[in-house]
Amino acid sequence: MRRLLKDFRFSVLPVPGRLIAIIFFVALFIGPLIVEKRLVTSSLTFASIFAIFAVSWDLLSGYTGQLNFGHALFFGVGAYGTALLNKYLGWQPWATIPVSALIAASVGLVTCLPALRLRGPYLTLLTMSFPLMLLGIVFTFKDITGGEHGIWGVPKLADSRVAVYYICLIVMTVSVLIMWKLTDAGSKYIRTGLIFHAIREDEIAARATGINTIRYKILAFAIGGFFAGIAGCLYAHVLGVAGASALSMTLSFQAIIWVVFGGIVSIYGGVVGVYTLYPLLNIALVRVIEYGTLILAVIVVLILLFMPEGIAVWVRDKIERECPRCKLTNGFWRKECRACSASLH
Amino acid sequence: MIYSILLMTLVHGGVYAMLAVGFALVFGVARIINMAHTAFYMLAAYFMFYFMPTLGMGVLPSIALTILAVALLGVLTHRFLINRIREHPAAVLLLTVALAMIFQQVILLRFGGDPVLTPALIKGFIRIAWVPVTYQYILTFGLAAVSLIAVSLLLAKTKLGIAIRAAANDAEVANLMGISIGRTGMVTMGIAAALAALAGIAVAPSQVLLPEMWMAPLVMMLVIVVLGGLGSIKGSIIGAFIIALVENLIVFLVPQGAYLKVTFALLVMVIVLVVRPGGLFGIIFEEERL
Repeated sequence: MRRLLKDFRFSVLPVPGRLIAIIFFVALFIGPLIVEKRLVTSSLTFASIFAIFAVSWDLLSGYTGQLNFGHALFFGVGAYGTALLNKYLGWQPWATIPVSALIAASVGLVTCLPALRLRGPYLTLLTMSFPLMLLGIVFTFKDITGGEHGIWGVPKLADSRVAVYYICLIVMTVSVLIMWKLTDAGSKYIRTGLIFHAIREDEIAARATGINTIRYKILAFAIGGFFAGIAGCLYAHVLGVAGASALSMTLSFQAIIWVVFGGIVSIYGGVVGVYTLYPLLNIALVRVIEYGTLILAVIVVLILLFMPEGIAVWVRDKIERECPRCKLTNGFWRKECRACSASLH
Repeated sequence: MIYSILLMTLVHGGVYAMLAVGFALVFGVARIINMAHTAFYMLAAYFMFYFMPTLGMGVLPSIALTILAVALLGVLTHRFLINRIREHPAAVLLLTVALAMIFQQVILLRFGGDPVLTPALIKGFIRIAWVPVTYQYILTFGLAAVSLIAVSLLLAKTKLGIAIRAAANDAEVANLMGISIGRTGMVTMGIAAALAALAGIAVAPSQVLLPEMWMAPLVMMLVIVVLGGLGSIKGSIIGAFIIALVENLIVFLVPQGAYLKVTFALLVMVIVLVVRPGGLFGIIFEEERL
């Protein structure tokens, strides 16, 4: 406990970014106790689900540079997997979710077999094709998959709305924490973060230093597929239906929009992007139906023009400064580094 | 049956080739994956609808106006939006997706979400080997052939064409030779938008127009461009006809083929990519480090 307090005082309080992140999560956890509106809880529940999805895209595509345009594949496999297991085998959510997430991870392993041979735009467009192929198969076998209408009657996770909200929020927090740790380049215990960065920056150089890049790319596909699969399962259970929209190209693009809007190659970028854009779009669709999507697209264009690195990274660069000597992060109000007292200008 | 398959292959292949060549040109010169490319095609179809039945203009003036308007729009998007953030490839990609969504929403607000019809540019049909061929199909194929020949002549003979090819080959060296990369990219974008507009004009009378009509050809176009090899004009044209053939074979011969045509087209692309990671005529960017 005292250790935690000490950590909080010396490595959270002086860094505004971490402070904001903690305030944000605390607000999410006590949010439904204060605001009782249906629209708010439901859009935040979906925001939690999509945050897992967006962050898993960032882990796969942002960190390793394997730009994936078909991330909805894993989402759709998760959603359809959980719905099919429930409908034909009668399994309950606590069993279907892990199993379908593992299926999605193994789908990730299978898709990366052709993907390992390709790079750059070829890889991007190859990955885009997989969910569309699966969608064609789903439409062809209407008797099993329900075709355009999807599979109805997937059981709810819990009886009340708020309980569902908390389940999604907790799963989101845990998943994002795991992915954040896996991609932390400064970690002493887990090397994956550093290696993912190396693969993105220069794959040939990474291979030359003795890293088995193939193995780490496969790992990235499996982890990304696993977490996107979890998001897909939660989506099917919360919505009560697994439909064709879970495999659509729009969903893949939405993951990219959220992450690039928030800031690519930063786990928190995806979270920021989803929690700003998704509720905004929901409210826009309810209040001003006609112009909602148009306004949102214009906002995205403007953000891209003026902060091409993403809004979270832009804000971080404004409120934090890295010490040129010891690489420690400082608040924007300091003139000297808090550890080595070097000048910050 | 065989005649109809061949006929539809030629018509669809022509339209796909016009789209894919424009996309390949822009990708070659500016290294942009332009997701808004087929949105230009959708815009052109709607402009035709606006100029011809709504305003009651003649066929030729509305075609000319449509091409001009769409090409201008392409140039403006490159000049004022894409060019400003071209150092961030992910942001450019997302920008083009957002642009396509904006175009779709604007059309949706102006013309509504209901499908609309444009009249045929020329009416009537001719029987070739017992298959009735409408003049519209012949016109579509003719437009595709003429525009593709014009583009290849432009690339081979003119100074601008040489500049475009040089920029596609090696942007840095082309820049050292006094070619303005920004301006070449802008002009290329204009040409590509004009090609997409031609495709839209050719297709508009033979199908209903919807604001979402850019999605399906976008996927097909990307498949074709990857199949032929990114940035290769020859590859795009050959790929267009291969994909059109596969698509029509599936639609005519397989039950429920309309659902499976995308699946099989994509399957062809995956197989080609697994065998040849650079597409049929493409170069592999292994050496290219930015």
